[in-house]
Amino acid sequence: MTAQTAAQQIETRTRIATRARPRRKLSLRRQILLQLICLGIGITVLFPIVWIVGMSLDPRNLARPDSLIPPGASLDAYAAVIARPTQNPVAFWQLALNSLTVAIVIAGLSVGLGVLSAYAFSRLKFAGREIWMLVVLAILMLPAVATIGPLFVSMNQVRVGGFNLGTSLLGVALAVTATQLPFAIWNMKGYLDTIPRELEEAATVDGAGKFGIFRHVILPLSTPVIAVTAFFGFVAGWTEFLMASLFVVGDPKQWTLAIALNALVGQYAGSTPWSQFAAFSVLFALPVMVVYLFLQRYIVSGLTIGGVKG
Amino acid sequence: MTAIAAASAPPPRRRSLWKRTQNSRTAYLFLLPALILMAVITFYPLVFQTWMSFTAFELKNLRPNSPAPAFVGLDNYLRILDNNIVIPNFDFLRILVFNLFWALSNVVIHVVLGVAIALVLNVEGLKFKRIWRALYILPVAIPPIIIATVWRNVFDAQYGFVNQIINGTVGVLFKLPPVTISWLTEPNPIVSAGPFVLPVAYFALLAANVWVGWPLNAVVATGALQSVPRDLYEAAEMDGAGWWTQFKTVTLPFLRPAMLPYAIYGFVITFNLFYLSYFMSGGGPFGQTELLVTTAYRLVSEQHLFGVAAAFAIFEFGILLVITLITNKLAHATASFDA
Repeated sequence: MTAQTAAQQIETRTRIATRARPRRKLSLRRQILLQLICLGIGITVLFPIVWIVGMSLDPRNLARPDSLIPPGASLDAYAAVIARPTQNPVAFWQLALNSLTVAIVIAGLSVGLGVLSAYAFSRLKFAGREIWMLVVLAILMLPAVATIGPLFVSMNQVRVGGFNLGTSLLGVALAVTATQLPFAIWNMKGYLDTIPRELEEAATVDGAGKFGIFRHVILPLSTPVIAVTAFFGFVAGWTEFLMASLFVVGDPKQWTLAIALNALVGQYAGSTPWSQFAAFSVLFALPVMVVYLFLQRYIVSGLTIGGVKG
Repeated sequence: MTAIAAASAPPPRRRSLWKRTQNSRTAYLFLLPALILMAVITFYPLVFQTWMSFTAFELKNLRPNSPAPAFVGLDNYLRILDNNIVIPNFDFLRILVFNLFWALSNVVIHVVLGVAIALVLNVEGLKFKRIWRALYILPVAIPPIIIATVWRNVFDAQYGFVNQIINGTVGVLFKLPPVTISWLTEPNPIVSAGPFVLPVAYFALLAANVWVGWPLNAVVATGALQSVPRDLYEAAEMDGAGWWTQFKTVTLPFLRPAMLPYAIYGFVITFNLFYLSYFMSGGGPFGQTELLVTTAYRLVSEQHLFGVAAAFAIFEFGILLVITLITNKLAHATASFDA
């Protein structure tokens, strides 16, 4: 049983259950008590987020923020950060463009190659299937740091003219793809498993080959999981720090947002321009959070598929 | 090849090797692009890593046309075990013990908190459920490096919010002088027993990771809770079972199969959690909150000791392998217990 269908079953079951019996009502006192608990949890969840937003609107660049809604709130910090986020003469949009490039390459590679493999693992019988699935799972367990040394060394050996893969954004993107691809395969395979086989059989009767089935039956049906997996790959690239800080740290023009944020914070809190740090964080996190809220339903079910199925 | 296969297969009904492997060949065509990429960026580096771990590969060997690094045998491995490495305060056993405790304590708290909050959100008749659920998931969407820097500032000794809160509430109430607790840099550990050292910074890291860790546990627990048939609760109630007995006999058996795999997954994720240790405490004070992954990263990016780093990574593989085997055993043991 898959998480998707399980969720549907649960939904219908609870619907039937609620229809069959009248809803039990909570006493007002318990309702208020529970709402207060929920509110308390909500405050702890929201507090750091609200704090950051408040700080980003503070024109005073305080070392010690003193209120959530600062007096004379303005967007000055945003303007300053967009114009020049770090010590280097590089604008925010350049950093964002670098992060965007890395993110798009990772999302494209991991989904494009991943969906082909996911289809093979989910639908085709072949010699070595179990072994390759174990290999993918084993790589999935490895932390990104595990192969960072050899990746850096071997990419530094790929030099064409003045171009060195080991000090380029393309190298960063490839290195991150190494960790994203196994996840993409695994995530999409879990979803493809839930697509009914009858649909394929109908296409086979119509004379479609494996590639035809993949293109005309599987691919259109797996748009949600492709979108979510691409989003995960995108976020991994957008926020990546490890590889970028090792590969391109020597060239400020190639810095990504994560490296710049780390440079902005500095060693001591007293020397951090807090309003600018906060404005940077908001600009950095907002695109991801907005997409996340839109895709939330799919993302949560995608995450729990792995968890529920083990 | 087809001809040979056909000739050496006497039963006439049997299909040729070429025909028989058709399915496999189609499958490998689908796999090929991913396998080629993985061969270059995963398998090759892993082999290369093993070779590097037996050499004194350093920064100077990175330059083009540089001489091959010296072969040093098991020297890198022995240096790690002997704590004979240039990283200050390096202690392999202490890092490993802290790393294990870090992962275990986090996961236990995440799961307990996630289940508890899921139970609250699952109370029948509770209003605004959807709003609360949507709100609680927000931390998951924030880039990790921002989470770490924000929490670092929250726990800052002079400017941090935590100390301000303490001074604003307890301090005002009891008329105490302002405190400046060095949450992240306090050098005297709270616990120090052999290789087990627990600094104050651990609790700051824990707070940050609990904040970001429980919501997904609550999501998984909610899914499991909704699969409990209501009649079971009613039957238990008729039998006069109290709240705790109901939870133990009805709810828990439904929670376990969903939560256990997720807890194992969470354990591995937390064990390898780079960003909090690196950005929030910087591994400090005195390397007491350093993890295996952050140490591996420092060896590469700060020390450029690629040979030692490779040997360190091999140790890490071994440790992760043992953890995976143990957790798998654990999962199977509980599974058969359920059945």
